[in-house]
Amino acid sequence: MMARGFGTETLWSSLRIAITALIVVFLVAPMLIVLIISFSSAPFLMFPPPGFSLQWYRKLFSDPAWIDSLVTSIEIVVPTGLLAMTVGTAAALGLARSDFPAKRLVVGFLMAPLVVPVIIIAAAIFGVFRVWNLNGTLPGFILAHTVLTVPYVLSTVLTSLQMVDEQYEKAALTLGASPWLVFCRIVFPLILPGVLSGLLFAMVISFDELVVSLFIGSPTFRPVAVQMWSDVLGDIDPTIAAIGTLLFLFSLLVLLLEALMRRVGIESPLLGQS
Amino acid sequence: MAAFLKSAIMRPQVQRAWLVLPALLLLLVVFAYPVGSLLLRSFSEPRWGFQNFVALFTQTVYARALVNTVIISGSVTLICLLGGYPLAYSIAQAKGQMRRLLIFAVLIPFWTSILVRTFAWLVLLQNRGVINRTILWLGLSDQPITMVHNRIGVLVGMVHILLPFMVLPLYSVMVRISGTYTEAAASLGATPVRNFLRVYLPMSWPGVTNGTVLVFVIGLGYFITPALLGGAGDTMIAQLIETEVSDFGQWGIAGALSLVLLVGVGVTFALLFQTGLGIRAR
Repeated sequence: MMARGFGTETLWSSLRIAITALIVVFLVAPMLIVLIISFSSAPFLMFPPPGFSLQWYRKLFSDPAWIDSLVTSIEIVVPTGLLAMTVGTAAALGLARSDFPAKRLVVGFLMAPLVVPVIIIAAAIFGVFRVWNLNGTLPGFILAHTVLTVPYVLSTVLTSLQMVDEQYEKAALTLGASPWLVFCRIVFPLILPGVLSGLLFAMVISFDELVVSLFIGSPTFRPVAVQMWSDVLGDIDPTIAAIGTLLFLFSLLVLLLEALMRRVGIESPLLGQS
Repeated sequence: MAAFLKSAIMRPQVQRAWLVLPALLLLLVVFAYPVGSLLLRSFSEPRWGFQNFVALFTQTVYARALVNTVIISGSVTLICLLGGYPLAYSIAQAKGQMRRLLIFAVLIPFWTSILVRTFAWLVLLQNRGVINRTILWLGLSDQPITMVHNRIGVLVGMVHILLPFMVLPLYSVMVRISGTYTEAAASLGATPVRNFLRVYLPMSWPGVTNGTVLVFVIGLGYFITPALLGGAGDTMIAQLIETEVSDFGQWGIAGALSLVLLVGVGVTFALLFQTGLGIRAR
């Protein structure tokens, strides 16, 4: 009896371990394939590659279409990140300490771009941008991407504001500091990690964003994601693997930076209490 | 004096709310107004009435896409649950370095562009791809199995993208389930299967509902993967919205499709909150 119970249990757990291993392979395999293909020496897509070279990375940085789209992406991502950071941080500050009747409604509304399917947002923005002549323009992209990224900034900053003790601000205000001074000298340094990780999130998401960009982009104004899309749709060549590998490394770097800032963020309130 | 102190302390509450205005204004102009007018056009174009909705539910193209969307999103959710549950359980059981490694494996796809991953699946699944060559070599089939530009491609691509959305909510619940409950049940004579069904599964249920709703809702609005890995028979609502807008300029139909999609998302979330096990419960 004992032995049989034990037997089925090991059977179940070895089945579970086998499933886990399979899923992990399933999750990781595509990235490995992309990594290997990006160093392929074959003149066209081939797997496994016959040898290794850096030709696709060279092509990436010499093909005018890719360079143009890279420049376009940077032109979009930097202002989008800064605008989302500013607007989102302000909103978080306005919401965190105040209490007004429709507060929950306002928070829900500001987070709505995460819940509404992006295809709807894309078609909708494309529709009004046609009337406002913003399709295929830099301001159009910045506005649209800011809407999509504000929720991320809002949530990271709100989270760090929750860790800041309200008493510091109240004390400074009672002692006669102006609200602006309180913000610059007390609140901002404490929430800086949240603000910066919001900025990073916003920039990564703006760079990766495809659906809205497909709608509001134009043949002459297309960010990297749209360029990749037309590449995958057309004749697939390993250039996309090269850029995929670079993007992945960049994401890892961002993750590392984020973790680093979290660590700083955890330490600073502690320092304040001592 | 007391009144002065009180008003000084209250000051931040009153003065700061206006800081929400820039974000509010931006979202009203570039989000609420566009989405609102898109939805309104479903009733107003080409003329006022319900003709677009009638078309949606009577014309085969649209009805097929509505059915496809629910079936594909539902199957993806089911596959994610069947694969994600044991994976999340393994992560929750693993210790130290192993756990970090497994979480990293789940997060890798999160940080890789969807397009790049779809490209990888195109390479892997094609007729002369690694998977088909392995199948032929093993003798499981005497000719390559078509796995791209059909339902298999869509399911593989979407499961790969949505699996983390199932695993992470499940893991966050499972990691807090103490082993003492299942041990107690086992010592009282419960068989492993009974123990799982009566003790562990009910305790991990909030993770199951959260993950299921999240994957299903994201799946409903999916566009990129079905467009690249699917065939003509796998058209989903999102793709129809795209073609109606960019190819035909049929804003009325696009608006109606958007409204149906949004209602689907809303109803799914409402069902989740009805059960009282909402995302907030975390």
